[in-house]
Amino acid sequence: MTQLALVIDLNVCVGCHACVTSCKEWNTSGPAGSMSDDNPYGMEPTGTFFNRVQTYEVGCFPNTETIHFPKSCLHCEDAPCVPVCPTGASYKRESDGIVLVDYDKCIGCKYCSWACPYGAREFDEHQKVMKKCTLCVDRIYDTNLPESERKPACVMACPTSARLFGDVHDPQSEVSVAIREQGGYALMPEWGTNPANHYLPRRKTRLHIHEDELVRADNPLKKEQRKPSGPVTEPTLDDSTSW
Amino acid sequence: MHPALSVIFLTTLIGVGQGMFLALFTGQSYAAAQFLPAQDSSGFYGAGSLIALTFLIAGLMSSFFHLGHPERAWRAAAMWRTSWLSREVIVLPLVMMFVFVYGVMHFMGWDTVIATTDTVVTFHASLLVGALGSLAVFTLFLCTAMIYAAIKFLQEWSNPLTVINYLLLGTASGFTLATAFSHAAAPDLLRFYGTWAIIITVAAFITRSASLIRNTRLKYKSTIQSAIGVRHNQIVQKSQGAMGGSYNTREYFHGKKAVFLQSIKWIFMVLVFALPILLLVAGMRNNNIMVLNAAFIVQFIGLLFERWLFFAQARHPQNIYYQTV
Ligand code: SF4
Ligand code: SF4
Ligand code: SF4
Repeated sequence: MTQLALVIDLNVCVGCHACVTSCKEWNTSGPAGSMSDDNPYGMEPTGTFFNRVQTYEVGCFPNTETIHFPKSCLHCEDAPCVPVCPTGASYKRESDGIVLVDYDKCIGCKYCSWACPYGAREFDEHQKVMKKCTLCVDRIYDTNLPESERKPACVMACPTSARLFGDVHDPQSEVSVAIREQGGYALMPEWGTNPANHYLPRRKTRLHIHEDELVRADNPLKKEQRKPSGPVTEPTLDDSTSW
Repeated sequence: MHPALSVIFLTTLIGVGQGMFLALFTGQSYAAAQFLPAQDSSGFYGAGSLIALTFLIAGLMSSFFHLGHPERAWRAAAMWRTSWLSREVIVLPLVMMFVFVYGVMHFMGWDTVIATTDTVVTFHASLLVGALGSLAVFTLFLCTAMIYAAIKFLQEWSNPLTVINYLLLGTASGFTLATAFSHAAAPDLLRFYGTWAIIITVAAFITRSASLIRNTRLKYKSTIQSAIGVRHNQIVQKSQGAMGGSYNTREYFHGKKAVFLQSIKWIFMVLVFALPILLLVAGMRNNNIMVLNAAFIVQFIGLLFERWLFFAQARHPQNIYYQTV
């Protein structure tokens, strides 16, 4: 079984929103129709997005840390949003585990968005259907694209490579290795949704310098207990020589 | 959650229709067992079914306002295996059909006796239809309530009390309507319906209060720590990724102050429970139709407030991600 997913490294993300804009650009120009906006240049711009980057501050000044937190549909393995859909418009693909909405079947009842604990689904106020991240299903299988570009638009756009994409069921994939070796975790594990997307935690790079490393314990000078020089009582060469 | 008017009207209106039908059927079963005097078939059961049906249709109409694509509503019957909403979509028309057939049988007098037991109990065909209809009514209460109770992370809703409250509140309003209706159509049954309306209203008061108390004591399982996966007591959101709001800020927040919610609570406590009981007692004492009508209208208006609070009180875990613009 395949379960495609994103792994997002919070240690690397700089909160540039490049993934947000490239996601919107790719998906609003796609065959499924535009993702509508209201007042894009006005006072209260609002619109449909699949991906959002939020910012959190952890700790108390001066020991604070800023965390940029990209959030999109996590393509849960036990997706609670799927069984509640009355029309079957929301479904999870057997073949690759992507959770999708069939825009031609959706009646816009919004029930699925109530049943997603992460708020990953957004209702398109103009098309009147429910929308969410598709993992760029129209990119990743497109054989017209070079192999290296068959990735979600956000992954392509990320300047810091904070976003990894792959099959989390394949233990040797880049994403599985990253989750395994760098402490990848799931959001809100308390609801048993089993999100396929994982996050890599902030990791501190700390340099541990022991005293031994500053003052060599095996310093040969110390070993022989030879002092550099004793107190000077007799005249030295410096006293009698004029330079 | 943001309470949607369409859903408030849908759930309250069909509740009245369902309760009214249960009242009619109860009346007829008691009459069949000769506990109550039999009533005029078309004038009481027929006309009563028409009233119940009107409420059910009005509820159905208002549900369409909730949909983005009402023209595709028929598709919603597809996923009855997994979705309570889909089940509701199937059972609601079924209830309407039973109410319609039950009403027509009484109007037209197509009501053959199918069995008797030594002259004491007489089974009419309409009684069978009524029994099946009542079963459908109970199923509909279950489906409607389970739509909310089945979402486990909406902890205010995810509880058997939700189902009990939908059942009792809907039935109470239906019986109150039946009391007012029986004043003209079946004066013999006035006390019967009035007493039951009061009993069910009191029962609903107990269970709805229980759920209100439960809500104030809830301990929420999701925290900002589990939401973003950072272990620290001090986490403050600085931006939510959108400045002009989004679907996430519109759909899941009621946008009112805690005081407002508190006052809605007291308003509905008075309008749904206290006042209708007083009016029912007064109406029965003085045999006054205006007072009985007022009891129903007051209770129905109160239920609109009650439903508003039911939605507003539910705190969706996604709100954790939307604390600051
Ligand atoms: S993140 Fe939400 S929308 Fe996406 S699969 Fe999970 S429950 Fe469904
Ligand atoms: S809004 Fe659309 S996708 Fe969501 S539950 Fe309703 S019909 Fe299904
Ligand atoms: S593009 Fe990459 S670095 Fe920029 S916000 Fe998105 S995940 Fe973070």
